[in-house]
Amino acid sequence: MLAVHLPVFQVLLPLLAAPVSMLLPGSRVSWVFSTLVSWGCFALSVLLLQQVLQEGSISYAIGGWAAPWGIEYRVDTINAFVLLIVSGISSLVLTGAQASIEREVAKNRIDLLYTCWLLALAGLLGIAITGDAFNVFVFLEISALSSYALIALGSGRRALTASFRYLVVGTIGATFIVIGIGLIYMATGTLNMADMGARLPAVAESRTVIAAFAFLIVGIALKMALFPLHFWLPDAYSYAPSPVAAFLAGTATKVAVYLLLRFSFTIFGGDFAFGAMALERVLMPLALLGIFIASLVAIFQMDVKRLLAYSSIAQIGYMVLGISLVSVTGLTAGILHLFNHALIKSALFMVMACVFYRMGATRLDDFAGLGRRMPWTMAAFVAGGLSLIGIPLTVGFVSKWYLVVAVLERGWWPLAVFILFTSLLAVVYVWRVVEVAYLRPAAEGAGRCEAPLSILLPTWVLIMANFYFGIDSSLTVGVASRAAAALLGIGL
Amino acid sequence: MASLGLYNYWLVIALMMIGFYIVITSPNLVKKIIGLNIFQASVFVLYITMGKIIGGSAPILSDQIAVYSNPLPHVLILTAIVVGVATTAVGLSLVVRIYAAYGTMEEDEIEKIEAQEEVPT
Amino acid sequence: MQHHTVLHVVAKILLPLILLFALYVQFHGDFGPGGGFQAGVIFAVGLILYGLIYGVDILKEAIPSRVLRVLMASGVLLYAGVGVLSILMGGQYLDYGVLAHDPLHGQHWGIFFVELGVGITVASVMTSLFYAFTS
Repeated sequence: MLAVHLPVFQVLLPLLAAPVSMLLPGSRVSWVFSTLVSWGCFALSVLLLQQVLQEGSISYAIGGWAAPWGIEYRVDTINAFVLLIVSGISSLVLTGAQASIEREVAKNRIDLLYTCWLLALAGLLGIAITGDAFNVFVFLEISALSSYALIALGSGRRALTASFRYLVVGTIGATFIVIGIGLIYMATGTLNMADMGARLPAVAESRTVIAAFAFLIVGIALKMALFPLHFWLPDAYSYAPSPVAAFLAGTATKVAVYLLLRFSFTIFGGDFAFGAMALERVLMPLALLGIFIASLVAIFQMDVKRLLAYSSIAQIGYMVLGISLVSVTGLTAGILHLFNHALIKSALFMVMACVFYRMGATRLDDFAGLGRRMPWTMAAFVAGGLSLIGIPLTVGFVSKWYLVVAVLERGWWPLAVFILFTSLLAVVYVWRVVEVAYLRPAAEGAGRCEAPLSILLPTWVLIMANFYFGIDSSLTVGVASRAAAALLGIGL
Repeated sequence: MASLGLYNYWLVIALMMIGFYIVITSPNLVKKIIGLNIFQASVFVLYITMGKIIGGSAPILSDQIAVYSNPLPHVLILTAIVVGVATTAVGLSLVVRIYAAYGTMEEDEIEKIEAQEEVPT
Repeated sequence: MQHHTVLHVVAKILLPLILLFALYVQFHGDFGPGGGFQAGVIFAVGLILYGLIYGVDILKEAIPSRVLRVLMASGVLLYAGVGVLSILMGGQYLDYGVLAHDPLHGQHWGIFFVELGVGITVASVMTSLFYAFTS
């Protein structure tokens, strides 16, 4: 009987757990509790994905009010996949988070961190699962408000200004999205995504719909840090507590990419968004510029967390590039990279958590000699770095492979060369860190200081996942291509 | 002058641009939050306008009333107002903490302090 | 704060009326205009008025922030709990129709408790915001 209610429990579990964790005594208890809840969410998302793969999409009517009128939770292949990513990353990161949170966050604030974390998780899962456009805005703000709080908990006062800037940009982005949703509601009289999709073609000529489209795309682009609207991201990721950065880097921008897919394909429809509006002519140049400039800027960063943040902006570019090809292979590459990059960046930010735990900072100079002092941590960085570059046997390779294939399908070989060239830029910025860690000697008298096992273990699980899904990509590619075909409206 | 009949929409656009302008240009963080509030208020007006039907009544069922305004956008915007209040609260509490940490809430001065910090030690 | 007799007297007269009006809006909300959010804000306004005039410390003695924290959480739990209860009684999440022997009463009870949860949370959140900004 409970199987019917899976979709609602996916969001309800962290939402209910958040106030409970607020009441629990002591930060350790709330950590154990929230980690268990997060793993519970992961189990639910695995069940949901299984169910969707076997039986097709699931619909759940909140309050028993049927679909076009009430709020509907709708799970199909793509959002089941996103749910899996979000809950999986959250669980793994949270498992390893305790030690580094105790170190990085002021004692009297820790107890509320886990509440914010669970709320952010509930919000992100909610954005992915809901089939109601206004509900997207509500969950967007739940996750955004709690992530502002999470980022502000970082050590040092710059976390506060980073969080404030993110708040201003995030609020403008969310307000743009709500304007867009309102304009679509004016034109169609419905808030249900599927219903919007059915009614929009009839009114697609109207200026209201075109304005709505523009507002939505700009709002979503702000949220997913698409170049040149990325300026909030580097500060937010580099001054947040490291586990929070690992969580947000793996989930928040990915969910925004999912929103771009959902709005441009399910609601506006590929014909309108890419045919009449020629969205790809905007997205593709921005994606290419973003990849190139952000990779270049990453090379010159003196702080490794900041370096990774710029690299994230470049990786968003790869996802958008895949989407802007508007072909099954291109979309598959985009969706695959969504999953793969979540694994890569969360792993690398967990490495940053290890380094920060021992060094108290992640400046490039702090890495001197770490190859010997923290061998396991730095080995994880090298492995994650290889995956980021896209060496065969890693997930990074799988997504770049599909991206190159999709580009060549169009016959645009200069783009394929460009992708390979920007991978070389990734080699440069990863190598800078590796060089300092392995070739520059440590300060006098500094002994071995490996990070505690509690952080190291989840980090390595994420790294191993990078290799596992790099070698056996049948699950991820299968799901991604099914999702891509469904978005384009091509039955498999 | 048909376009003047749509004065609520002109109001929406004016409010939106005023709010946006304040957010972008004002160096004072509290004023930025105020700008953000004005910006959000424009969306509230947009939604309320959308639901109002001239001559329509409040949606309380009665035999004497034939035309009702659409209550749904009004309910939606109630949610957005709550979200706006929450954003303002989070933003202001960040400003309080920024003021405690930097001794100022002028963005240009904060940037000056941050730039000084970045000079390699 | 200095002693202002007029303010003290007026506040003392107004306070019960404000709180009573909040309760009226709260419990009238299921069948007429009103509801938890408005009621919660009005209730908190009463408390904040008391705090402004008699001093935050006196208000904190009456309602410590510890208590507010429990109230904040329990309001949300009450809301979500009604939803879970409706699942346990065989409906969809937040389907109040199944909560009583006939759907009309079910809807009545469901919205009553949901609004109560909203009211409790909003009032306590507003009051703790006041605490946060005055300390």
